[in-house]
Amino acid sequence: MGYPAHIEYALHLADNALILGHRNSEWTGHGPILEQDIALSNIALDLIGQARYLYQYAARMIGSDVTEDTLAYGRDAWDFRNGLLVEQGNGDWGKTVMRQFLFSSWQYFFYGRLLHSRDRELAAIAEKSVKEVTYHLRWSSEWVIRLGDGTKESHARMERALDQLWKFTGELFAPAVYERELAVEGVAVDLHSIRSLWEEKVAEVLGEAQLTAGAVDTWMQTGGKEGRHTEHLGYLLAEMQFLQRTYPGCEW
Amino acid sequence: MHEQQWPLWEVFIRSKQGLDHKHAGSLHAADAAMAIENARDVYTRRMEGVSIWVVESKYIHASNPDEAASLYDPANDKVYRHPTFYDLPDELKHM
Repeated sequence: MGYPAHIEYALHLADNALILGHRNSEWTGHGPILEQDIALSNIALDLIGQARYLYQYAARMIGSDVTEDTLAYGRDAWDFRNGLLVEQGNGDWGKTVMRQFLFSSWQYFFYGRLLHSRDRELAAIAEKSVKEVTYHLRWSSEWVIRLGDGTKESHARMERALDQLWKFTGELFAPAVYERELAVEGVAVDLHSIRSLWEEKVAEVLGEAQLTAGAVDTWMQTGGKEGRHTEHLGYLLAEMQFLQRTYPGCEW
Repeated sequence: MHEQQWPLWEVFIRSKQGLDHKHAGSLHAADAAMAIENARDVYTRRMEGVSIWVVESKYIHASNPDEAASLYDPANDKVYRHPTFYDLPDELKHM
């Protein structure tokens, strides 16, 4: 920890978007079919675009010579404030769309609230992003339903994906210290206020997909928001940051 | 690559309100809903559209290129079918 709550919060939101955007971009050129390759790449670009606005904002708050690039490429795993869900590996297509669905359904309600933040910069970013996320949610819901309620094989894979990812969803609603502090000031979203909306949406889609959600009161893995990550983030950063680490400030 | 390829769809995009849908291209999708979503992702990334139509390619019936001579050439010398004999005022554009 090092930055004041407001900066930590902007970094947390930016890191969420960048890490999931990067994960999705790993599919570019490898999608199951050209049309879906483009669809997921579009979502990756939306998320990286959101991350840029948030990093630029954080960089302005930090000052000195910090930029969006030094924040994205110059911090180590323990500096990242993203939730654990977004850093999990892609697995198969089913796991990727399940991860997207669990996150997009959260981000949809989250940005819906952040729109009313007393921080006008965050509110403006939320307003732009919520349209993109509405589509991400629609796209990922369609896929979860299609595969969950599909063949025996696709159903089994979706059950497995849900099983692997469910323990990271609790963190979406467990506020870090900086979130609690800013929620009181009306800057951060009170995560408690969107929990039942998320649960309802997830239950609706999983129900239609013939999948069973895990219990909400089961044990959940947390720590990402404070910089305690799963092993996967380090590998992701090693690849994502390689060029800037090896050739600092490199441009092309 | 796939044992069962998804069917092919033709995509028509309306670029602005008031204009016609124009053929944009084709894509693969499992059903109509997915075809519209795919069309959104493949053909409207640069703000090209406000409305999308999709139709499965197998439902498009096309004229035979081999018959082009008999179908279209006879219109060549029928100038009286074109309203070219009117004097148009200068104010009229795009005629």
